[in-house]
Amino acid sequence: MSDLIHRIAFHGADHQPDSPSVECQHLSVSYAAIGGRLFAADSPVDALAELSFQVKEGEQIAVIGPNGAGKSTLFKVLAGILKPDSGQIQLFGNPPEEHICIAYVSQRNQIDWSFPATVADVVMMGRTRQIGLFRRPRKKDWEIVYQALEQVDAAHLAKKQIGELSGGQQQRVFIARALALETDLLLLDEPLSGLDLPSQNALFEILDTLRPEEVTVLVATHDLNVAARHFDRIMLLNRHIIAFGPADEVLTTENLLAAYGGLSPHQHPSPNTQHPTPNT
Amino acid sequence: MLTWLLDPLQFNFIIRALLASIMVGIVCSVLGTYVVLRGMAFLGDALAHTILPGVVGAFLLGLPLALGALVVGIATAIGIGYLTDRGAIKEDTAIGVIFAGMFALGIAMLSASGNYTVDLSHFLFGNLLGVSAADLWVISILSVLVLLVIYLFFKEFLVITFDPILAQTLRLPTTFLRYLLLILIAITIVTALQVVGIALMLAMFVTPAATAALLTRRLPVMMVVAAAIGTFSGVSGVYASYYVNIASGAAVVLVATIIFVVVFALTPSQK
Repeated sequence: MSDLIHRIAFHGADHQPDSPSVECQHLSVSYAAIGGRLFAADSPVDALAELSFQVKEGEQIAVIGPNGAGKSTLFKVLAGILKPDSGQIQLFGNPPEEHICIAYVSQRNQIDWSFPATVADVVMMGRTRQIGLFRRPRKKDWEIVYQALEQVDAAHLAKKQIGELSGGQQQRVFIARALALETDLLLLDEPLSGLDLPSQNALFEILDTLRPEEVTVLVATHDLNVAARHFDRIMLLNRHIIAFGPADEVLTTENLLAAYGGLSPHQHPSPNTQHPTPNT
Repeated sequence: MLTWLLDPLQFNFIIRALLASIMVGIVCSVLGTYVVLRGMAFLGDALAHTILPGVVGAFLLGLPLALGALVVGIATAIGIGYLTDRGAIKEDTAIGVIFAGMFALGIAMLSASGNYTVDLSHFLFGNLLGVSAADLWVISILSVLVLLVIYLFFKEFLVITFDPILAQTLRLPTTFLRYLLLILIAITIVTALQVVGIALMLAMFVTPAATAALLTRRLPVMMVVAAAIGTFSGVSGVYASYYVNIASGAAVVLVATIIFVVVFALTPSQK
């Protein structure tokens, strides 16, 4: 009961000064923890094994790796909605589940787009905590919602039902929701899949506007060119970290072979095709 | 036309039936929007059936039926929530086992007593024209309670329904909210017991809300439209059973179903 009262009146932990946005040490997550099943006796036990890394405040990181590499699992651990089996993880000096400033934008196929909500309604959901229990949105909340929508160039869509949007617009609305909840750590899971080139470019322009605000951004993607061009550092992941650093150090033939197991990333099945490993 | 509408109102039992069907029409339809959007139709149906032993037990002991229904309904809601949380068996399997088992228990209890068929049909199909003043009080208090809780937790219910992951990253008390919703459904079932009965309960939750979903694109509007359809169906059902002499619960559900079919036929296909 006391836990319930604590969670209802929760305002999130204060950030420790000079702490990195993300600090992981020996982080491991088993397939059992993410509800996956083993398909063969020699299948690996861990979805993520022994991850140790740091991300500085305001950095923008691309996380790349094949399907089943653990990108979504890593994001869920960072978002505090999946507990690691072992290892340490701290965001801004505190455990993830003590923050309400983390925005995890999941893959688009996990949303019911026929839901009766307008774009402004969806963005307002991000302010649930700031509005507080038993209260309605105030004028200030609506102003913040519209500011967020303007920042992603979607203010004109505010009154549309979310199902009426294109893929790129949907992605931008969810980023606006992250802005409305005043996020300090934005996790975008495969935001580019299914987007045309102009929509992709619009997305990167929005990410650029987050730089002055020192929002830390992690983006899971399959597109190596995009990763090399738009991000400060690249994490090459396949259950463990194969390389983590600037593009020219990470995207070597040797590293890519290690990550993709001989398949070039372009030959790899697209994120939209079914894959036997749990893509969580 | 006016006399046709006013004529039944000279009877107190008709006025009570109208008031009951209006309140139940509103509360079932409003809560039903969550049932529809969260895909809880099977769960709602099961929960309605599991209260039978509670109702029969109260009936045999001479206690208020609503009390027995309420106790068993809330206990089952928590039980289903718990089984689902454990994750050892699939949710619909767990619901199916509890649903059939409890319903069988209710029938067994009732068959051991005397007036088996008449009583069973009242529980199964409701007895709208037999709503007493005391029933009306119970229905009013519980309806207001349910609507108040929905109003107070509107934002939070919206978030756990639309985007459970957002609810988790906002650190909302998701488990508490899910149980709260189940308990609200159990309470609402108790209010609707007299109006449509156990067997047709699901229609009151699902049909007006499903119709409203076709017509609206914001949840608050969907709730209002669903409540209007629920109310209209309830009132029409009372008149139908007065003039045509058909079972009131069935009449209410048939009106709601016809409205759904008409709206569905007139709505342009979205895909």
